[in-house]
Amino acid sequence: MPETSGSPLPEPIPITLKINGSSHSIEVRPWSTLLDVLRDHIHLTDTKIGCDHGQCGACTILLNGQRINSCLSLAVMHNGDEITTIGGIADCENLHPLQQAFIKHDALQCGYCTPGQICSAIGLVSEGHAKSREDIRELMSGNLCRCGAYTNIVDAIEEVMRSESSTT
Amino acid sequence: MPTKHIGQPYDRSDARDKVLGRATYTAEHLVPDLLHGHVISSKIACGRITHLNTDHALKIPGVIAVLSHKTDFKTARFDLSYKDMDSPPGSPFRPFSTPEVKFAMQPIALVVAESTELARYAARLVEVTYEVDPHNTDLMGSLSESKAGKGLRAGVESPSNRGDFRAAYNKSEVQTSSDYLHPSQHHNPMEMHASIVHYHDEKSLTIYDKTQGVKNSQHYVTMAFGLRKKNVRVLSPFVGGAFGSGLRPQYQLFLATLAALELKRSVKVQLTRPQMFSFGHRPKTHQTVSLGASRDGKINAIFHHAVGETSRFEDYIENVATWAAKLYDAENVEQQYRIVPLDTYTPLDMRAPGGASGLYALECAMDELATELKMDPLDLRLKNYSEEDPSAGKPFSSKALKECFAQGSTRFGWDSRHQRTDTPYGKHRGSGMATGIWDALQFPTRAAATLASDLKLEIRIATADIGTGTYTIMKQIAAEELGLPTESVDAKLGDTDFPFAFIQGGSATAASVGSAVRKACRKVQKQLLKEAGKMKNSPFQHADIDDVVFEDGLLKRKDDPQMQTSLKQIFADRDIDQIDKKCTWTPNLLKQRKYSMNTHSAVFVEVEVDADVGFVSVERVVVAVAAGRILNPKTARSQILGGVVWGISMALHEESYMDNSLGRFINHDFANYHIPVNADIKDIEVIFVEEDDTVVNPLGVKGLGEIGLVGVPAAVANAVFDATGKRVRELPITPDKLFAEP
Ligand code: FES
Ligand code: FES
Repeated sequence: MPETSGSPLPEPIPITLKINGSSHSIEVRPWSTLLDVLRDHIHLTDTKIGCDHGQCGACTILLNGQRINSCLSLAVMHNGDEITTIGGIADCENLHPLQQAFIKHDALQCGYCTPGQICSAIGLVSEGHAKSREDIRELMSGNLCRCGAYTNIVDAIEEVMRSESSTT
Repeated sequence: MPTKHIGQPYDRSDARDKVLGRATYTAEHLVPDLLHGHVISSKIACGRITHLNTDHALKIPGVIAVLSHKTDFKTARFDLSYKDMDSPPGSPFRPFSTPEVKFAMQPIALVVAESTELARYAARLVEVTYEVDPHNTDLMGSLSESKAGKGLRAGVESPSNRGDFRAAYNKSEVQTSSDYLHPSQHHNPMEMHASIVHYHDEKSLTIYDKTQGVKNSQHYVTMAFGLRKKNVRVLSPFVGGAFGSGLRPQYQLFLATLAALELKRSVKVQLTRPQMFSFGHRPKTHQTVSLGASRDGKINAIFHHAVGETSRFEDYIENVATWAAKLYDAENVEQQYRIVPLDTYTPLDMRAPGGASGLYALECAMDELATELKMDPLDLRLKNYSEEDPSAGKPFSSKALKECFAQGSTRFGWDSRHQRTDTPYGKHRGSGMATGIWDALQFPTRAAATLASDLKLEIRIATADIGTGTYTIMKQIAAEELGLPTESVDAKLGDTDFPFAFIQGGSATAASVGSAVRKACRKVQKQLLKEAGKMKNSPFQHADIDDVVFEDGLLKRKDDPQMQTSLKQIFADRDIDQIDKKCTWTPNLLKQRKYSMNTHSAVFVEVEVDADVGFVSVERVVVAVAAGRILNPKTARSQILGGVVWGISMALHEESYMDNSLGRFINHDFANYHIPVNADIKDIEVIFVEEDDTVVNPLGVKGLGEIGLVGVPAAVANAVFDATGKRVRELPITPDKLFAEP
């Protein structure tokens, strides 16, 4: 049902987000999701939107090192939090091993799910639960890829996981 | 047949930008003072809007306007002005032109505000009342109202007939006949449709649009709004998937343009995921296939009848019932294709339109016949194999399907495949196979090439890369022609300032765009040779283009490669800054007329069915593809992998569920509309059986976008039968259907 009259708009609240190492002080209304703040308010569009409802994983970012769907979290809850988006993964122009592996294994086609896939994969590797290809498939199932790059995504993640475990 | 650059597994050239998050998709372009539009969708399927009250919405500070049929705006009067390159016959839907509602979730108003959140919020304050008319969205209840699916559409042909099916079928020793059904499906690329219209003045706009053809969007906008092409530039450098959804300009483009012109401001309109279910879709289709054969498996009678849905305002048609006559050499074939107008939006080409549907039914029917004959399904295909195209009475330009069968079955281990066990519980393995076929289409395409004195080469075409690898192959072909490293080539696309290309679809882009790139580069070659001939003591004075090669930045005589000059030297000596060439490439119709041109595939699938819960898991797929020359085996493989995932999805997951009482697709989000997740996809092996095809085009390329999909749904369904002994003839094959009593 449409509401009969608009309630007064909620007041903006000042917050500071540390995004990819730099600090952003902004005023946001409590209804703004972290995703909308990143994309629309700060114009960091490297994080993607595929559903806005926690159903696709395109908006995956790392929040204090953990992967989350940024469309499911309100920005006002994250005052002072460390946020890493795909744009903050590489060390300047040196790609992260997962970024390299995604290129090598062609783990992308249109590339729209890719920022979310890579952030999610970084989260997965640091969680340390995945031991096999099957584990990777299962634990990457929150990130949809309509282009169907799944097998290449698993190849890329497996390669990086293997090389990390052999060096540690 | 790889050469220096063509046929090499180069990394996708835009992959670096994509993994760094630097590829800019439509909704992400930075435009100053941008307003945000939120679309309000109709809650009814049929009727008209009687009241639309915007007072409350407009009271909110920051809400600029609510546009609807009540807005007094001027656009073109005639239907013709709203036709695009992919319009089926009929009158295109014109948003906000009347208060009439013709389909559920029709866009009925656009709220424009200073932010997305505000627009979305204000949309909830708009009050709409409707007068409701009865609707009909029920294909199965309306089969008797079908009409002939006729009319002109690029790439669509009428089903052909030969012999006398009925008489031959009646006399056949073995007869099978079954009905098949698959539901509507929506493209759902990961990137939702969006348009940004950057307003310069009332006559000039720069538009970012999610599209498979910028020229198509430009054509539509300029025709509908009476603008001039030179003042409307459309860009779409990166497309987050489309699969057909961007073949026609979608309504967000119209609405964003309308709002920008009305408000004299720049406007962005991005659809929501539920709204991605509010426009074109793969039509629900009912099919009957009857096969008549002799005991030894020779088919002499084929009947393929298909009925698909369309809207009330356009007659959407596709090639559903044309494939049997091409694939098998039976003497008597009857094919029919009909459509039923319903109160939905017009269907829209979706990856392998027609082929995915038609081959599903046909190749399941082949399996049923093989079962009836107690014959190996692969032997049945071989027994009825046709070297020529019997529907056209012409040879194929190339057809390595037999080789696909051989290589695919060996790799799969078809002969030693798992045998079914007849226990009613536990996990059962089963194997199935099917044939795929698709057209090798191509369209006239223009290209521009600029070679600068530092040997940087730029290629420009107004085509698209929807994840297919267009950027990458453009670079490879150009590098090959001019003997330069791929790093020296910059490929540019997705901009109406560039030369014309048709919409990216039908697996036609690599062949069309690739041929245009080659031709433009050959013109640059000729100019280089001409200039070289004018150099002092030049060994190239009287040389013909066939007498020379371009290699490693050098121009060399073939008969004596020591006779050479560097391309840089030519620029320096002749004192020129750059060479600019344009060309138009058209398929050689005179040569092609004598042939049928198709791609083929052989698909082998192993499934595991958990008989206790009815869960189907596709354990392994081997697909062997014959599609001419492969430009880049790495990106080509990815395209086929994607096609296979789509095929599995069609067989087991996807369904836009139409609630006929509401007249609406009710599962319109990713929680309820299932597509495979990573855990659903296991082993997929891709084999390319290369064909040396000199007819299709000088590159020998046939296209890959659809052939990876077409045979897969049937192969999965056939494997499920093999595992369970149960024929589910309605997609998707879900546990409820596996458990249902026959
Ligand atoms: S946009 Fe957040 S999960 Fe889809
Ligand atoms: S690469 Fe296109 S959605 Fe994953």
